[in-house]
Amino acid sequence: MSGTRDDILGRLRRQLGRTDATRAEAQARVEAVLAARQCGPRAPSDALVERFIERARAMLSTVERCPAESEVPAFCARWLAAQSLPLDLVVAPPFAHLDWAGAGLRMRVGAADGDDRVGVTGCFRAIAETGTLMLRSGVDMPPVNSLLPETHIAIVPVARIVADMEAAWADARSEWGNAGGAEGGQGWPRAVNFVSGPSRTADIEQVIVLGAHGPFRVHLLVVG
Amino acid sequence: MEIRSMHFVERVRQRLDDDELQRNLKRTRGRNAASRAAAVAAFPDFDAVRQRATEIRRSVLRDLDVWLERFEAKATERGATVLWARDGEHACELIADIAKRHGVRTVVKSKSMVSEEAGLNAALEAAGVRPVETDLGEYILQINDNEPPSHIIMPVIHKSKEQVSELFARVHGTPPKTDIEALTHEARAVLRPEFLGADMGLSGGNFLIAETGSVAIVTNEGNGRLCTTLPRVHVALTGIEKVIPTLEDLSTLLRILPRSATGQALTNYVSMLTGPKHAGDPDGPEHMYFVLVDGGRADLLGSEFEDMLRCIRCGACMNHCPVYQTVGGHAYGWVYPGPMGSVLTPLYQGLEKAKDLPHAATLCNQCGVVCPVSIPLPELMRRLREKQVECGLRPWSERLALRAWAWVAGRPKLYALASRVGVRYLRWLAGGRDRIQVMGLAPGWTAQRDFPAPAAQTFRELHAARQAAKRQGGAR
Repeated sequence: MSGTRDDILGRLRRQLGRTDATRAEAQARVEAVLAARQCGPRAPSDALVERFIERARAMLSTVERCPAESEVPAFCARWLAAQSLPLDLVVAPPFAHLDWAGAGLRMRVGAADGDDRVGVTGCFRAIAETGTLMLRSGVDMPPVNSLLPETHIAIVPVARIVADMEAAWADARSEWGNAGGAEGGQGWPRAVNFVSGPSRTADIEQVIVLGAHGPFRVHLLVVG
Repeated sequence: MEIRSMHFVERVRQRLDDDELQRNLKRTRGRNAASRAAAVAAFPDFDAVRQRATEIRRSVLRDLDVWLERFEAKATERGATVLWARDGEHACELIADIAKRHGVRTVVKSKSMVSEEAGLNAALEAAGVRPVETDLGEYILQINDNEPPSHIIMPVIHKSKEQVSELFARVHGTPPKTDIEALTHEARAVLRPEFLGADMGLSGGNFLIAETGSVAIVTNEGNGRLCTTLPRVHVALTGIEKVIPTLEDLSTLLRILPRSATGQALTNYVSMLTGPKHAGDPDGPEHMYFVLVDGGRADLLGSEFEDMLRCIRCGACMNHCPVYQTVGGHAYGWVYPGPMGSVLTPLYQGLEKAKDLPHAATLCNQCGVVCPVSIPLPELMRRLREKQVECGLRPWSERLALRAWAWVAGRPKLYALASRVGVRYLRWLAGGRDRIQVMGLAPGWTAQRDFPAPAAQTFRELHAARQAAKRQGGAR
C-alpha cells in the first residue's frame, strides 16, 4: 500500500528532477501559495440583492421578498397553496421556533427522509454572482433537507448575500476556523453544498428536464 | 475499459454508414459550442479567468509531488483515508477491498471517467458487489448491456429518445414513452430506492483541494450529492493530477468549467466534501476514502506532454472538433474521445494501440482556442505523430514515401523538375476545371471532397518569369 504511494511520489519526483534543494524550494512555494490565497478575476460587488435575485431566477429558482423572518411561515403557506403543493414540511432546527402552525402548516423538525415532500433550510451565504445558495452540513443543518424532498424552500436573509464564492469562503474561514491551519470557530463542516436552482439533466437529446434526482423546484424567500 | 482504438479506421467507417447515429449526432451538433460561446460572451473577463486557471493548473504540476503530500496530510487529518493506485486495475482491487471491509452489497455511482478507465463496474460485479450508475446518461448505458459512453459529460449524446424509450420499456417493463420528461422521471423513480438502500457511494472528483483536504464534485442532477450523503461509505476515485491549492482557486476554476462544458454560469450543484460525518451530524457517510490513480499520469509530468495534465475534463474540445462531431465518441475506441482523447489514449494505453488517433484531426486548432486551461492540443497531436515516426510505428509505404521526398527535396534541380511534372499531372487530372474530382493515385482522398487544381505555373516558374521580366524592364 504505502509501497504504491512511495512509488508514485518517487516517480513524480524523478520526473520533476527533484533534489533536496529543489524540494525545499517547492515546499516554500506551496506554503507561499497557501498563505497568499490569490484570487482570480472576481464578480462585481454592487447591487447584491438585485443581482442575486436576477441570477437565481436565471437558474430557475423562484424568488419572493419577505419583510421579516417571522412572516416566513405565512409566505411559505401562501406559495405552497398557490402551487397546489402539500402543506407538510420538514424544517431545519434553526427555524423550529417560527409559528408554522399559525400559518396552517404541519411541520416536523429534523432531517428529511425519502417520504418528506417539502424541505425548509436556511443558508450559510447566498452568492449574487450566480444566484447560488451555499449550504453547510452540521448537527442543525442536514443536507438531505435540500436534496430528498421534491420541493426545497430556502430562507435567505439579505445580510447573507455576498458578491461571490471568494467572499463566502472568507466568511467561512472566519466562522469555521481556518481550514488550512488550526481548528477554531465551529470547525469545518463535512459538506459544503452550492445549490443553484432545481436539479436538472439534459442527458437525453440535450433537452433540459427539471427534477432529475433532487428537488423539482427551489423557492427562495429573501428576508429583509 | 478494453481498448479498441487500433480499429479506428474501421470504426469510423461503420459510424459514417450508420444513418441512425448520423441523425442523432446531427440533432445536437454545434449546440454546445453555441451555448459556450453565449456564456463566454456574457462574461466580461473570460480570457483573464482562463489565463488565471491555466496558471493555477500549471503551478500545481510544477510541484505536484508536494501538493499531493499536502492534500494527503490534510485529508487524513480530516478523517478520510487516502489510498494510491498505480493503475485502473489496482484501483479496482482497492475499492473491492473497501467494499468487503464494510460489508457492501450495492454501490451507487455518480459519474467518474477514471472508473471507466479502470473498468470498475465489471470488477465490482466480479467481487459480488452490485454497481448502480446514477447519472441519467450513465444509467442508460449500464442497462444497455454496459455500453461505453460516447462523450465525457454527455455520455448518451449518440442516442435518440426513441432508443432510450425502447430500452426503458424493455428493462423496466413499462409502456414505451417518447416524452423526455417522462423518461427522466421514470429513471428517477427507479433510482431513488437505490440511493436510499446503497451501502457505498462512489464519486469521481473534479478537484482535490489541498488547503482543506476536500474533494469538489460538480453535477446538475444531484446524484453526486445523493451518492455522497446517504450511503455509509463514500469513495472518491480520481486521478493524481486533480489537485488544486486553495478555495480561491476552486472559485476561479468553477467560473470556467461549467461555462466551457455546457455554457452554464455554474452547475446546479457543487459539493465540497471533507472527511466523514461529524459526531451528531444527522447525515453523511461514516467512512470516507480517496483512491488516487496514477494510470500513466506520473510519466507525463516533466515530459513534452505535461500540458495535457492540466485538463479539467470539460469536453469543450470535442464539442468543437469537426472530426468528433462527425464520427461520434465511440469511434475513438477508449474512454476519452475527441482531441483530448486523441492525446490521452496513446499516452495512457500505448502509442502502438492508438496509431490513428493523433491523425484524426485537421489541426484546425478549434480545440486549442476553446480549451479553458490553454492546452495546445494540436501541437500535442503533432508531437505524437513525430513520436510515431521516431518509434518506427508508421507503415513502410509512408516511411518510404517520406524518405523519397527528402531525397528529392535535398536536390533543388530534381525537386524543380518533379514539381513541374506533378503540377502538369494534376492539371491534366483537373481537365480544365478548377478542381479535381477523382485523385488519380489516391482516389480515397477525393471520396468525400474535391482537390483544388494547382495554378498553371509552379512558384519557381512564376518567380523565374518575373525575374526575367524585371531584367528586361531594367535593360530598357
